[in-house]
Amino acid sequence: MDIAVYGIVNSISLALVALGFALVYGISRLPNFAHGALYVTAGFLVWSFLRALALNYVLSIVISVLITGIIGSLIYRAILIRIRGMAISEIVASYAIGLAIIEAFRFWGFKGMTYTLPSFTKKTIVIGDVPVDGHRVLVVVLGVLVMGSLWAFTHYTKMGLALRGMAQDERAAMMLGIDSDFVALFAMGLGSALAGISAVLLLPLGNIVVEKGYDVLIQALAVCIVGGLGSWAGAIMGAFIIGFAQIIATAYLGAKFQMVVSLLAILFVLILKPSGLFGRQKELEERV
Amino acid sequence: MNQKERRKERLDRGIKVRCDGIYALMSLKEISYLVLPRLLLILVLLLAPILIPGHYWERVLTIVCIYGMLAVAFDFLSHYVGLVSLGGAFFVGVGGYISALLNTHVGLHPFLAIPIATILGALICTLLLMPCLPLRGVYFAIATLLYPLLAARIIEALDIFGGTDGLRGVSGLPGKYTPVYVLIMAALLFIFGLRRLVNEDMGLVLRAVKDNDQSVRASGISVTRYKAIALFLGALGSCFAGAALVHIYMWAGISLFALDFSILPISATVVGGIHTLVGPFIGCLILVPISEALREFGTLRIVFYSLILLAFIVVKSEGLLNYAQRKYHQFERWVEV
Repeated sequence: MDIAVYGIVNSISLALVALGFALVYGISRLPNFAHGALYVTAGFLVWSFLRALALNYVLSIVISVLITGIIGSLIYRAILIRIRGMAISEIVASYAIGLAIIEAFRFWGFKGMTYTLPSFTKKTIVIGDVPVDGHRVLVVVLGVLVMGSLWAFTHYTKMGLALRGMAQDERAAMMLGIDSDFVALFAMGLGSALAGISAVLLLPLGNIVVEKGYDVLIQALAVCIVGGLGSWAGAIMGAFIIGFAQIIATAYLGAKFQMVVSLLAILFVLILKPSGLFGRQKELEERV
Repeated sequence: MNQKERRKERLDRGIKVRCDGIYALMSLKEISYLVLPRLLLILVLLLAPILIPGHYWERVLTIVCIYGMLAVAFDFLSHYVGLVSLGGAFFVGVGGYISALLNTHVGLHPFLAIPIATILGALICTLLLMPCLPLRGVYFAIATLLYPLLAARIIEALDIFGGTDGLRGVSGLPGKYTPVYVLIMAALLFIFGLRRLVNEDMGLVLRAVKDNDQSVRASGISVTRYKAIALFLGALGSCFAGAALVHIYMWAGISLFALDFSILPISATVVGGIHTLVGPFIGCLILVPISEALREFGTLRIVFYSLILLAFIVVKSEGLLNYAQRKYHQFERWVEV
């Protein structure tokens, strides 16, 4: 029962973390390796607004998510747009951006255990016979809400349909009058905002530390690769597979193995079926 | 159209055309045209420890050679064979740990431990990366990125090889000038060896693997076998660098798998000039001393290389050596169209 409850909580958190990465990759085929850095940025922004400027918690969350989205689209507009299509340059450049942001935070003294965000509720809820703190339940509820609204957005609004059109076939989308650069810019902004939302929801469970930036990137990669790069439904399935695998590994092997499990999962999936468990197989593009 | 349009025309210099064939080497001028740039690098490296004395600069030069070998290996693997490996730190870690274990647990002298660690480490790396070799492009890059992370986490989780504390008491290299000259010679051997190799028949196959692996396969050549050989050669240099590093710092630990060893060689390659093999080394000659000078700023160094890397990728993706080579071999003039 423990494993079932915490497995679901962990899976939803992973899905939230990976959603932004999967969205950006799905739409513009851009592996955004700065995802983890944007996650940490959102966390520190909320902290700064809350503690340094003493703003209202909800207000600082909204502003931080918006700013993270804007930072993401600026990164795309200023740098990544110039190297689109060169897969390796995209990885190296976005990774360099991520490193620069994370290490700059470390340099400015955002390190150690002193940065925490307050959790949304203090209540504890008992599900079956397992006590779960209210914040984790809220994460699950809000996570499902975010995913649901994203689904509705991509199915019922014009912009959302443009995003999906571009994800399916960029050339055909351009022929129908969709401005692919603008859509990619929007997608990057939305992906970064999603990274911000996941940071806001998940960071109150622990401390804000810069190392989270690397961990989040690996988690997002793990989820997306297991589910299939570019497949959104796959990302959510991947989150459940990895989420439960991590909880089971923690329960039977110890907490240190949590990361080993996600890394091994990526490696095995990459080696056995690079397009992921739910992705479309493109044999010739991915292996010889 | 009233306005005259001009464009820049680029032509090979006469001396370059004459030097392309070996039989044309008749005058001292032509021979020096070919030999001088190469000799310049060799002489600068060999004389540097004598011309700029001092323990600090010797240490910097040693580190330049270590990073230089990593960068050359990265350039060879990614731009000649098409295996973009973002996990250079894995080779460093494997080589370093083997050499440190041989030295502390078996008691071998560093001069015996380093060569064994180089060959054994390259073999182990090749075997471990073998399953990923069929992967292409982004998939291989992501897979290799995970290896050093995974290795570090496994060492931490299982608490083997000294766990998070690392291995202490590794013996250093004896002699005042020995470490620096051993590394300079190894780096030169590695660079010029690889430059020779890529122009041999095997190099042609390797380049074909990068450009069009299906056609290599259609010619009845095993792509994976050639990739494995190339990976072994690249790993030889990187494992040697790792093994030497351990004996210079007299310590082996999880930080051997750290990002520095993956990201700095990539920056150096982009700065120095991709697809040149010597360029990455020159990139290290520029970047490492700057980064040593910035050491007091702590992690700001990583910010600094990331920014340089970004600037070069976006603005001048060919790198310094490709630019210099173009100026050396060709002249430009304006022509009216």
